[in-house]
Amino acid sequence: MRKRTSLAFGLILLLSFFDPDPYRSEIYATAALYALLALGLNVIVGFAGLLHLGYAALFAVGAYTYALLNLRLGWPFWLGLPASGAAAALAGVLLGLPAIRVRGDYLAIVTLGFGEIIRVVVTNLEGWTGGPNGLMGIDHPSVGPVHFGVDSKPYYALLMVLIAFTAAACSRLKHSRVGLAWAAVRENELAASCLGMNARQLKLLALGIGGWVAGLAGCVFAAKQGTITPDSFDFIVSVMVLAMVILGGLGSVPGVILGAVVLSVVPELLREFTQYRMLLLGLIMLLLMRWRPQGLLGPASALFRRVREPAA
Amino acid sequence: MSAGDLFLQQVLNGLTLGFVYALIALGYTMVYGIIQLINFAHGEVFMVGAYAGLTVLLMIGGQGSAAGLVAALGAAAVVCLLLGLAIERVAYRPLRSAPKLSALISAIGVSFILQNAVMLVYGAQDRYVPAALPASGWKFGAVTVTPMQAVIFGVSIALMVGLQALVYGTRLGRNMRATAQDPLAARLMGISVERVIASTFAIGSALAGIGGVLFGTYYSTINFHDGYLTGLKAFTAAVLGGIGNVPGALLGGVLLGLLEGLAAGYLSAQWKNVVAFAVLVLVLLLRPRGLLGERVAERA
Repeated sequence: MRKRTSLAFGLILLLSFFDPDPYRSEIYATAALYALLALGLNVIVGFAGLLHLGYAALFAVGAYTYALLNLRLGWPFWLGLPASGAAAALAGVLLGLPAIRVRGDYLAIVTLGFGEIIRVVVTNLEGWTGGPNGLMGIDHPSVGPVHFGVDSKPYYALLMVLIAFTAAACSRLKHSRVGLAWAAVRENELAASCLGMNARQLKLLALGIGGWVAGLAGCVFAAKQGTITPDSFDFIVSVMVLAMVILGGLGSVPGVILGAVVLSVVPELLREFTQYRMLLLGLIMLLLMRWRPQGLLGPASALFRRVREPAA
Repeated sequence: MSAGDLFLQQVLNGLTLGFVYALIALGYTMVYGIIQLINFAHGEVFMVGAYAGLTVLLMIGGQGSAAGLVAALGAAAVVCLLLGLAIERVAYRPLRSAPKLSALISAIGVSFILQNAVMLVYGAQDRYVPAALPASGWKFGAVTVTPMQAVIFGVSIALMVGLQALVYGTRLGRNMRATAQDPLAARLMGISVERVIASTFAIGSALAGIGGVLFGTYYSTINFHDGYLTGLKAFTAAVLGGIGNVPGALLGGVLLGLLEGLAAGYLSAQWKNVVAFAVLVLVLLLRPRGLLGERVAERA
């Protein structure tokens, strides 16, 4: 199964990379960006079991970090990339410090609140962020003499490299001591604490790692677009990434990548029905959850406390 | 207008908005109280109610007809009641024993469906809602209360008193409280838990629909996007007052409305939403049970 999955992934990757159509290449790059975001959010929601609804804010921190470093200090992309990751990781941890005092649905709402606050603050700090008009003229990256420009191919390749590293790291992390500790805290925090695990540190670590990945994605996004506005970091982005993670299967690394691909490609396939696109997407989400509530590649899991069921 | 008058006028505007929030908050609070589920599609039910009211007002035509408003309120209540039942049946009931997050995704799916269905039927632009009541109001000193504001206060208070009576004075209400305490025990006592849950969705949705009509006629424009933000604020109100608590929803709604009205008057309209979310975050962190709540945030 594992072999077949990776083979299929490789084949799709190869085919997509040699696709000459610029419109489809753009879709691949978008899907790859979402896949990277989904991998990061999966660490927070899937591994550590923290329902985070403000992930787009961390993505925004990454994008604005690179944009400001580049526009104000002239930093090149390759320096901006780790800086964006670090800034978003820091933001994830700092916002997490107060937020992890509450759990479950309440944590979801606190993170949602932080996400909205960050977006409104970015919109209103016009002197720094350009307000609703955003920031323009952000440098595209270059490798030696090759300039990335506006073509989506090189970004797609870059994102693939980042995804490969992140996915490999996540898979190893999942089965490491830390990964097992996350699983323990997620399934039963009290028991895990009694066994000497520091739930607080473990949760902050997950938020930091998830933030780092969101920061990298934000930096690539800003460099690719050249222009960023607060609209790109709407609540709907957090929701879509979370939907990808859940749809693909919480905690499953290939699963969340598949989820990201499905949810970014399906709306494009439905482009013919422009008007009905989002309606159909909603319908697909609804039906998929009825058919496979644990996600496409997820195991049946008791990750989150089940809704209290009336005795059967 | 003097500073004191401006303050009083903003308080009145905030109170009006707060009562609408409270009506929507009731739906969140009741559903959460019974099955610990945040009904993320609830804001869209409110939005559908506003559009249902618009349709009736347009059909009746003419300005300033109180009968039109009554018809719009009634129609929206019925449409949303049925919609609430349908959402529960299609999106939540099949997932009752599935992981909790699956219900979140299907709720988001329902939100997409409702938003886009309304957009397809009514268009993406803001829709003007004809005024049902005359704009001239009663003057109290320098503050003017419009008939629409009076209707909002009256209708909301009546509905909340009615709901309180239903929860504490009827068989259905008793079953609801029993289910909220312990669904298994409630079932063993012969209560049809499924029917209680469906009734809760129906009542909450009808209240949200009525809130939608009041909101639309008060602000005179509605948009298919309105459900998300208003729903979120109503949820904030529910949490602020203490989720699962009916008087808490009123208190939370009124407080949030007041804060927003004052923020809009003294800061700026852009920062208004930050106030709402900052309140939400602070309440959850400092007093997670809400002002009147008994439930603890340590669940899940």
